Amino acid sequence: MSGFIIATVIKAIVVLAIISALAGFGTYIERKILAFIQRRLGPMHVGPYGILQIAADGIKLFTKEDFIPSGANRLIFKIAPLITAATAFIALAAVPLLPEFHLFGITVRPIVADLNIGLLFVIAMMGVGLYGPLLAGMAQENKWGIIGSARTAIQFLSYEVVTGLSLLAPIMLVGSLSLIDFNNYQAGGIANWIVWKQPLAFILFLISGFAETNRTPFDLLENEAEIIAGYATEYSGMRWGMFFIGEYANMITIGFLASLVFLGGFNPLWIIPGAIAIVLKVSFFFFLMLWVRSAWPHIRPDQLMWLCWKVLMPLAVINILITGLVA
Amino acid sequence: MSLDNFKDRNAGVQNYRLLELEPTPTTGWGKFKQVLIRSVKLELLVGLKVTIREMFKALFGGQMHTTKYPFEKLPISPRYRAIHEMKRLLESGHYRCIGCGLCEKICIANCIRIDTRYDENQRKEVSDYTINLGRCIFCGYCAEVCPELAIVHSGRYETASEQRASFTDFADMLTPLDELKKQKEFPGFGAVSPNADENIKKTPLAY
Repeated sequence: MSGFIIATVIKAIVVLAIISALAGFGTYIERKILAFIQRRLGPMHVGPYGILQIAADGIKLFTKEDFIPSGANRLIFKIAPLITAATAFIALAAVPLLPEFHLFGITVRPIVADLNIGLLFVIAMMGVGLYGPLLAGMAQENKWGIIGSARTAIQFLSYEVVTGLSLLAPIMLVGSLSLIDFNNYQAGGIANWIVWKQPLAFILFLISGFAETNRTPFDLLENEAEIIAGYATEYSGMRWGMFFIGEYANMITIGFLASLVFLGGFNPLWIIPGAIAIVLKVSFFFFLMLWVRSAWPHIRPDQLMWLCWKVLMPLAVINILITGLVA
Repeated sequence: MSLDNFKDRNAGVQNYRLLELEPTPTTGWGKFKQVLIRSVKLELLVGLKVTIREMFKALFGGQMHTTKYPFEKLPISPRYRAIHEMKRLLESGHYRCIGCGLCEKICIANCIRIDTRYDENQRKEVSDYTINLGRCIFCGYCAEVCPELAIVHSGRYETASEQRASFTDFADMLTPLDELKKQKEFPGFGAVSPNADENIKKTPLAY
């Protein structure tokens, strides 16, 4: 039992360290990719190809003044970024990041907790993540923050529905909520991927995933052109940085979910071993988010609601209905 | 032409062309059809295609736009009028300026001051030459009027300095003696035109 606890703690620390480092690296990747798409070079001067820009940004974030506006609710103002960062990492607990491997004679399962309700847990935790922006916007006594948190509420709550319904159809196929079962269901090549059986659910999940992670076509929460920085208007320094890390961790989680549920997870792909296959898939989804950010404009809040309730949700329900009739 | 033609000030309209857009649907079924058509035609993917194409052009086609400015500089026109420069004679290395004072005379901003005296060989030499860059408007008249192409404009446009005077000291404006071989003729304002030889005519001596 104590061995299990130690192993879990070690895994949790490793996942936390790696994913938060990747979140920092993600900012660099985002700046570089966006720059290349606009035919610029991006950060070039700090370190080779600007890679130490992450360190420079980190130092800047850590040494910035920790500022709390006078009218703010101090306790909630301080807690809100923690909620965003914490829920983003807790959600990763039930995600199998890599296939099993052997290290020093021990079989390591790179999943912090293999819950039998894994997928539900991940979605629930990402849903709880809405409290971060919501409380942050309401605690800071700033009208832009209030608008940002109102948008958080409508956007995240609405797209929770689509995420849940679009994942329901694959769950009906697999008959389990554990992400490892999802992975094993798709073993044996590309033809067995769920995306071929559930193409509509895949697209719906991607769209709602963009909304859940607050990425560009749906980044109304902190749309600079309209509401300064939305819920993060009054935040600075590491408190703002935690929102950022939470957002990037959520992007990685959505990438893992999409690869595990629809694109065959960490099963070996031809000659590519499973571990590299899933890293490639997650990288593709990460790139897709940046690619879409460079290409597509924002949409209006009313269009967002229209898209969710009048298009995506009916499609998801119809998809479930058809899946129920066929399977 | 009647007066109405002059009163019609809406002159630009004729050149505009209306896009051939379908009328905005008003009925529910029409709106539904529009959404369906736009979704199925995958118009959104065109934007993705364009951006990825630009990225590949930049990374692999050598079409990156960035100039890393302090390390790389964009070429400027030879006619660019930046800080002044004094040229030397290639054979002797002596400065070309003959102290005629035309530049001082023509300068519309009154920023050039030239003092001359006779040296020991009874030749005119420049004893003092200053340009007040605070007044200079970089019109290029001095380079144009100079009969010897002695004062010209250089391409030196980075003019941040602790003292303006450091740009206009006569000794500093002259081409350094060790770089005399590299001195280039000024192709810009006031220089001899490339087809100057064709334009030469014999002086009429008939009178």
